[in-house]
Amino acid sequence: MKYIDEFRDPELAKNTLAEISRTITQPWVIMEICGGQTHSIKRYGVDQLLPEKIELVHGPGCPVCVTPLEQIDKALAIASHPEVIFTSYGDMLRVPGSGKDLFSVRAAGGDVRVVYSPLDAVKIAQENPEKEVVFFAIGFETTAPANAMAIAHAKRMNLKNFSVLVSHVRVPPAMHAILGSPSNRVQGFLAAGHVNAVMGYWEYPPIAEKYQVPIVVTGFEPVDILQGILQTVQLLEAGKPIADNAYKRAVTFEGNKPAQKIINQVFKECDRKWRGIGMIPMSGWCLNEAHMDFDAESRFNVGDIAPEESSVCIAGQILQGMKKPPDCPAFGKECTPQTPLGATMVSSEGACAAYYRYGNIQIPTGANNVRE
Amino acid sequence: MCLGVPGKITEIYEKDNMRMCKIDFGGAIREACLDFIPEAEVGDYTIIHVGFAISLLSEEEAMETLALLREIADIDEELGIEAQETKS
Repeated sequence: MKYIDEFRDPELAKNTLAEISRTITQPWVIMEICGGQTHSIKRYGVDQLLPEKIELVHGPGCPVCVTPLEQIDKALAIASHPEVIFTSYGDMLRVPGSGKDLFSVRAAGGDVRVVYSPLDAVKIAQENPEKEVVFFAIGFETTAPANAMAIAHAKRMNLKNFSVLVSHVRVPPAMHAILGSPSNRVQGFLAAGHVNAVMGYWEYPPIAEKYQVPIVVTGFEPVDILQGILQTVQLLEAGKPIADNAYKRAVTFEGNKPAQKIINQVFKECDRKWRGIGMIPMSGWCLNEAHMDFDAESRFNVGDIAPEESSVCIAGQILQGMKKPPDCPAFGKECTPQTPLGATMVSSEGACAAYYRYGNIQIPTGANNVRE
Repeated sequence: MCLGVPGKITEIYEKDNMRMCKIDFGGAIREACLDFIPEAEVGDYTIIHVGFAISLLSEEEAMETLALLREIADIDEELGIEAQETKS
């Protein structure tokens, strides 16, 4: 497939790796923002091939992971209504809310449907006029224009039985939050290429300058990622904290103007909680006044659900057996049973509390047991 | 979830007041909305995310990137520079 195969070429990857090794003279910590890039890095073993001087740390760019607990609880409450068809991207269905997930709502008789595109949700609303169709509009800047377009489309068609539960997040405020933290270790960013395909990277030069970190727009294939790392290392070594682009075939500085326009027509910036991170001011988008008719929270009166959860902890991953408590940088430092950041450190049955209490014993996690 | 897949536009048409297209993802054909890249034409490659084309891929830029990376290798070869050891 064109635009994929060339960027998976092992020879090209080897050459780029070699150039990284020649360029680097000192240790650097680089964060890839996007979870898709994290997957690509692990899938192709990019982190294992890099010089030891480079440490890759994984960023918050996983919309499912950062969707706050209260939004998931609201989704569960809305989806449980008998007159509702609840539509969502598939990866949200397994995310635990307070006690259950959307799958269990479906198992209990709720009409929960997976859609590939938000336009599919609009179509379901057209086809089911006797039902209330709600779409779970989550995601970063990449997804926001598609969701905005679906809302604008429903408004054009005067669809009265369609509404959205919005939980959009934006990357730049998260970068500010990460870089502004006293415990920050990130010295350079690989920016999330598809976020930038929509937004461009005109928002990044002031961030690069303020915190003196290079930010390099990066794609998703292994050669793309290596090129992003190479450009970041070149900028770090040269002491040039600027915003740059290593994904030029898909991203321009200005980004996609029609996509940005529809976002601004439908949404407005608002404060947003990030699961596992906490409140980041003006880091989200919510419906603007002209589109409040489509707000599922007010339509189903779930605005006051407010569970409390964590800040910097990795409880979500620990609870899924993907990580062990010592993998968490806050474990035993900022986070102890006296000053817990997450539920797993509070509960007497929590893995973090157990590790803390009984020392750092390498008990196999559930995932390891399965593999063994 | 921000994963986008490159595909080739094989057909363009109007539907429900939106500019739609058929996209070929290396054999699998799907429908996508083209409203964000109105300049797209049949034969163009685009990144598709949740049923929307978000970026028109630039062949020129892709070639330039690949040429740049190949050039690094050629220069090194000419100078006889070997890559340093990396982690196994």
